[in-house]
Amino acid sequence: MAENPTSKFNKETTEPVFDHNLREYSVSELSSALKIIVEKTFTRVKIRGEVFGFKEAASGHLYFSLKDENATLDSVCWRGTAARLGIAPEDGMEVVVTGRITTFSGRSKYQIIVESLELAGEGALLKLLEDRKRKLANEGLFDEGKKHKIPFIPESIGIVTSPTGAVIKDILHRLSERFPRRTLLWPVKVQGEGSAAEIAAAIHGLNTLAVNKPDLIIVARGGGSLEDLWTFNEESVVRAAANSRIPIISAVGHETDWTLIDLVADVRAPTPTAAAELAVPVRVEVLSKLKIHSERIDNAINKKLQLLAQNISGLARILPEPRREVEEAVQRVDTFSERLDINLKQEIARKSEQLKIIIPRPGQLIDRNRERLNYENQNMAKAITAIVRNCHKTLKHLNDLMESYSYERILERGFAVISDDENRTISSARKIRAQQNVNIAFHDGTISAIATKLPPLPKKKKPKKKDGGSQGSLL
Amino acid sequence: MSEQKIPEDINRMDFETALDELETIVRELEIGENRLENSIQSYTRGTLLKQHCEKKLKDAQARIDKIIVDSAGQIDTEKMDIE
Repeated sequence: MAENPTSKFNKETTEPVFDHNLREYSVSELSSALKIIVEKTFTRVKIRGEVFGFKEAASGHLYFSLKDENATLDSVCWRGTAARLGIAPEDGMEVVVTGRITTFSGRSKYQIIVESLELAGEGALLKLLEDRKRKLANEGLFDEGKKHKIPFIPESIGIVTSPTGAVIKDILHRLSERFPRRTLLWPVKVQGEGSAAEIAAAIHGLNTLAVNKPDLIIVARGGGSLEDLWTFNEESVVRAAANSRIPIISAVGHETDWTLIDLVADVRAPTPTAAAELAVPVRVEVLSKLKIHSERIDNAINKKLQLLAQNISGLARILPEPRREVEEAVQRVDTFSERLDINLKQEIARKSEQLKIIIPRPGQLIDRNRERLNYENQNMAKAITAIVRNCHKTLKHLNDLMESYSYERILERGFAVISDDENRTISSARKIRAQQNVNIAFHDGTISAIATKLPPLPKKKKPKKKDGGSQGSLL
Repeated sequence: MSEQKIPEDINRMDFETALDELETIVRELEIGENRLENSIQSYTRGTLLKQHCEKKLKDAQARIDKIIVDSAGQIDTEKMDIE
């Protein structure tokens, strides 16, 4: 491709090269000639390379370079084009750029003016997806705590998808099979230019509806390649879904396809049909469940009432008849009062017996005492007689004894009793003083006498005699 | 007891909450340990919950509308049929 223009250039310009009379060009002339050739030749080229040195100027133009192992190519993307780019280029990104080649004479440079830019191959797309996922995850867009609960029976369902094709039909059919609901379709492009903006606007629009605002949103698309589904990885779509106050079920692609909207949605359905299944329960099943509950609750309360009724009749059987109860009580009272009577009588009898023993009748007492008195009287009479008889005996004995001891009898036997004038018996010769009158009583009379001769005093006791004499006089 | 006025607190319940409570009541009543008065109260509430749920299930017609956004950004709907 480059051969032809080069050879053409050669044809026109090699002549002077080999001509010794070389034509002289100004720099600008050459640059201008080069520019014409380059721009004519490379009006539309597609180049693959890795982005580096990316920068966005204040003007909005994008500047970067493309490189491979051996060469680099300066790239410019004017502001107007940059706004339409599906992917914002960044360093290290493997891209395929379409554009035209131009020269920048002021710097002796050539460059490509970018008209469109795509990621080169799945690997690059996946890398971009990973990077974006990480970024949005760091912002907390995928946090489990932000998930809304899907209503069990939504009143109205908003569906964001293409109005044509199998997806919307599948969803509507499955909904009507399970549980027909009020449904609001917001038609959108699900692929290609402008699709992301439409989808984001639809999600936002459903959230802001004044009337018939749905309480569940399904965002759906059929299966496709990573590029086909790329719209659902776009930040604008993901953010719109994250900001939705209405719960969202995402159903993009087939089971194995994952897009970022699946991560931000409140529930991810593997297919559009599955989304309908997640959105509503099977009405008939719920009805039968309700019916079963209704029967169970009826049975339970009936059983309870039956049980209680049984309990009551059971208790009634146990409950004794009141009249019989009273009769029995009366009977018991009777029995007790009878026994009380008997007991009382017996007790009185016993007590009065005890009383008789303790307190005898007065007449009886007198009789008894009289008897006793008689008896004692007789005893006493006997005793006294005996005493008197004894006394007599003793007296006679004493009398006899006295008789036998009487000094007068002794006097009869020749003894006499000497006494002084005062009739005091003198029993010792020494007690008689000389010339003292003494009375001598004989058994048949008393005579007076005078002591004429006194017995001599014993010699040994001579000194004592004087004392005795004086003593005697003292006596 | 068939068509009683459903109290406001039940009316505000979403279907699942009402069904959950009904289930709880059914289980409770089946255990049967409650006093009779409580049981009857539970039963009455259960019946009302059932009615509320039935009401939610009764309304099951599919009406499908399509949103139309005109050039001025005005939103309108039009009826849509599926075959």
